[in-house]
Amino acid sequence: MANVQFDLVSPERLLASVEASEVQIPGADGDMTAMEGHAPTITTLRPGVLRVVHSGGTDEYVVSGGFAEITAKGVSVLAEQALPRGEMTQEVFNAMIADAKAAMKSAEEVFKNEPGPVDDAAKLISDMVAMGGHIGLTSN
Amino acid sequence: MPSLKDLKNRIASVKSTRKITKAMQMVAAAKLRRAQDAAEASRPYTDRFNTVMDGLASGAAGSASAPRLLSGTGSDQTHLLVVMTAERGLCGGFNGNIAKLARSHAQKLLAQGKTVKILTVGKKGRDVIKRDLGDHFVEHVDLSAVKRISYHNAQSIAKDVLVKFDAGEFDIATIFFSRFENVVTQHPTASQIIPAQFEAVEGGETSLYDYEPSEEAVLADLLPRGVATQIFAALLENAASEQGARMSAMDNATRNAGDMIDKLTIEYNRSRQAKITNELIEIISGAEAL
Repeated sequence: MANVQFDLVSPERLLASVEASEVQIPGADGDMTAMEGHAPTITTLRPGVLRVVHSGGTDEYVVSGGFAEITAKGVSVLAEQALPRGEMTQEVFNAMIADAKAAMKSAEEVFKNEPGPVDDAAKLISDMVAMGGHIGLTSN
Repeated sequence: MPSLKDLKNRIASVKSTRKITKAMQMVAAAKLRRAQDAAEASRPYTDRFNTVMDGLASGAAGSASAPRLLSGTGSDQTHLLVVMTAERGLCGGFNGNIAKLARSHAQKLLAQGKTVKILTVGKKGRDVIKRDLGDHFVEHVDLSAVKRISYHNAQSIAKDVLVKFDAGEFDIATIFFSRFENVVTQHPTASQIIPAQFEAVEGGETSLYDYEPSEEAVLADLLPRGVATQIFAALLENAASEQGARMSAMDNATRNAGDMIDKLTIEYNRSRQAKITNELIEIISGAEAL
């Protein structure tokens, strides 16, 4: 089976660059799996777990926000925050949740009569909580 | 004519100054390496981000529904200048050059009757422009506690800027920072971040992609991130430039101290010799008089 070139970059570093057979992406509208020959797509990400299947096994990364660029030959994920799942501890998770809650609070203050941004912030929090539940971390 | 003791003290003091500047130079060299590595590491993200943005933005720029971050507010009355400088001095002309560029830019805008607001990052630049443009300050971001610039810092600055933009406090935002070329050259640079400017790509490229959820939604999501990305890149360039400037400034200072020590040592030896000669003359003439 042909492989795709998978790159995961965050603003601070290049996290991974491997040949993968499939990449599971937590898209904003739902999860999707990209394999070789996928239609060129750009999608935004929601906080979630990114799974990369390659010849050496499966790698998992926790991403929060950003976007993915998929072409027939490659997948580039540009994540605002990304870390290997192993480095995702309860403390990091708590910090992420706290950030999201602070963002929601400021959104509530700035956009009093416009529900849009506040709803977005609320969705961000619930996505994060769902992701936490998925990998066995709890939010308090 | 200073006495021998004065000269000796002077030499000792210049020597210890040289030790300090030498140490600062070496510290700056080590920090420069790290700053350059950080700038290097962020490049893949920035490059890819810009490629995608260029494609998206050139597709959306013409349409009337383009987000305000891209199309602007339709006015250019109020300008926000984000001036990024170092938190510390002793780095040659680094802070001064950025402040000079920002100041001339601000004065040009003021002469055209525009309103200027200034957000400063780093206290050195703030001190420099405070004198003539102090009334235009709106906010200051203190990064003195930050050892290593992270994307988080850039995000919080970007958030400040975006909140102000959403509140209609300015129309155009420009960042001022120093672009790192090499250790001896850093270019003070002004770059407009709002409304976003992207290089237009040839048509056809954009229609290749499917967008999820939709082209507009993706663009609306990415534009604020673009502001943060640009600020982050500028902060990293600035950090590298600062260390580069400090390194060459301290190298010069070390060399000057060395020259000064040489000169003082010659003077010291000469006056010591003169003193000995004087004493000899006194002894000889005393002996002759007998």
